[in-house]
Amino acid sequence: MANILEIKDLRKSYDGGFEALKGVNLEIEEGEIIALLGPNGAGKTTLISTICGITSVTSGDVKVAGNCIKDDFRAARSLIGLVPQEVALEPFEKVINTVRFSRGLFGKSRDEAAIEHILRRLSLWDKRDNAVKELSGGMKRRVLIAKALAHEPRVLFLDEPTAGVDVELRKDMWDIVADLKADGVTIILTTHYIEEAEAIADRVGIIAKGELLLVEEKDKLMERMGKKELEVQLTDPLDTIPKLLAKYELAQTHDKTSVIYTYDTRGERTGITQLLNDIAAAGLFLRDVSTRQSSLEDIFVTLVQEDAA
Amino acid sequence: MNWTAIKAIYVFEMARFFRTFLQSLISPVISTSLYFVVFGAAIGSRIDQVDGVSYGAFIVPGLVMLTVMTQSISNASFGIYFPKFIGTIYELLSAPISFLEIVLGYVGAAATKAMFIGVIILITSFFFVNIQIVHPIAMVLFLVLTCISFSLFGFIIGIWAKNFEQLQLVPLLIVTPLVFLGGSFYSISMLPPVWQTISMFNPVVYLISGFRWAFFGLEDVPVATSLLAIGFFTALCLGAVYWIFKTGWRIRT
Repeated sequence: MANILEIKDLRKSYDGGFEALKGVNLEIEEGEIIALLGPNGAGKTTLISTICGITSVTSGDVKVAGNCIKDDFRAARSLIGLVPQEVALEPFEKVINTVRFSRGLFGKSRDEAAIEHILRRLSLWDKRDNAVKELSGGMKRRVLIAKALAHEPRVLFLDEPTAGVDVELRKDMWDIVADLKADGVTIILTTHYIEEAEAIADRVGIIAKGELLLVEEKDKLMERMGKKELEVQLTDPLDTIPKLLAKYELAQTHDKTSVIYTYDTRGERTGITQLLNDIAAAGLFLRDVSTRQSSLEDIFVTLVQEDAA
Repeated sequence: MNWTAIKAIYVFEMARFFRTFLQSLISPVISTSLYFVVFGAAIGSRIDQVDGVSYGAFIVPGLVMLTVMTQSISNASFGIYFPKFIGTIYELLSAPISFLEIVLGYVGAAATKAMFIGVIILITSFFFVNIQIVHPIAMVLFLVLTCISFSLFGFIIGIWAKNFEQLQLVPLLIVTPLVFLGGSFYSISMLPPVWQTISMFNPVVYLISGFRWAFFGLEDVPVATSLLAIGFFTALCLGAVYWIFKTGWRIRT
């Protein structure tokens, strides 16, 4: 598939000299969902704001479907929809009017059928004549999405779409995202909920201190970086780990009834057979054995810590 | 030029006006009526005539100008400040529109509202005094130019302001005194010579004088000078807006 977004050496410095983006390079294919993970202040929002035209570009280039965001800003921006992190809405206006306004602002002629479709998709149709201030927090977030979709963009930026929303609404959001992906909309979302990236993204990018540390397909990333844990439950609690087992660097659960062995799935030998043999040789008896794949969260924490070191 | 976007901004801003239509309508009518009662009836009865025009009628152009100027500034400054304050400015900045379209939408709406209120005041005044307009086309021209230039000025204030206090500061501390001292309620020729000279540095004098000329054919300064002054003020505001547009001052970080 063709790249819908090409970011080349994008830099952003603020007046005080603070460098929020230090040369970001990223290519995004049409129709994919990419999640940008990073701690607070990593530059996620700055990256989105710079692409969307809210902050100016210091240097570098961004192309949206081949249109430069500086030279062909009209063509570039008309393809982009933005859902900001903060809920910012005209409080006294009716829901439907704010969505109509967004469509007009992006130069699209009035189309009531399109507006109805968007409002229905976001379960806002019944609330269309309510003033925005009468809506709940979750509904307001939906209005933000409706506004971003009003001009039928091909690329949608979601800046922390589920920050501070309840679990049910978060799942709803994920459904909406999946729905949009089915329509071929490219989605770039920032989040610090790792489960969110794990649940919906095709690729994951990790940002820290204005740099994109890594971008990789989510599955590959988890496979590559993935460590597995083998938990061996013993029949009796173990006060001290026998010398024979010292080389395995085992961790113990709090109640000391289990030992945990961490191994690398990429390794030629995982060392499991040897470990189990040595456990038997040490005179210990097994009650149960289980394994666990490390989550994206563990990978993320490892990466960011490595970067800080 | 993205005309659809300009229309969207214009319609959205006018909707704000029509949501509070009754307030927008009643308050200028009441305040104008009060001015007529105080200045026209109470004080005006002790002043015979100014240059052959009854005092009640004489203050009508000044009253209209006073309201139009303050309304233009407050509408335009609030119109652009409010999105900055509540954060919806993100949408304007990320839309495929240039600053020119933003200005046209907001300033156009602010000028329309001010114009609307100006006309209402004029209509109200017909109930109190007997006036005829000598140069109606010139009157409309002055009214439109004043609405546009002061809306541009208000727009600049709205971009500049970082809080609600600053939003009020310029209208309250600079514009209102200038308008009151600009001959809204008197002819400059009624002042002692020194104050007449000082008044010439007040740009509002030229606007009110020109507007009053359109009504009665009376002028404190030649009408051509008035037109020149308002043209100069408009150009100044346009220049400032262009500079804001180029630098992204206080809008785009």
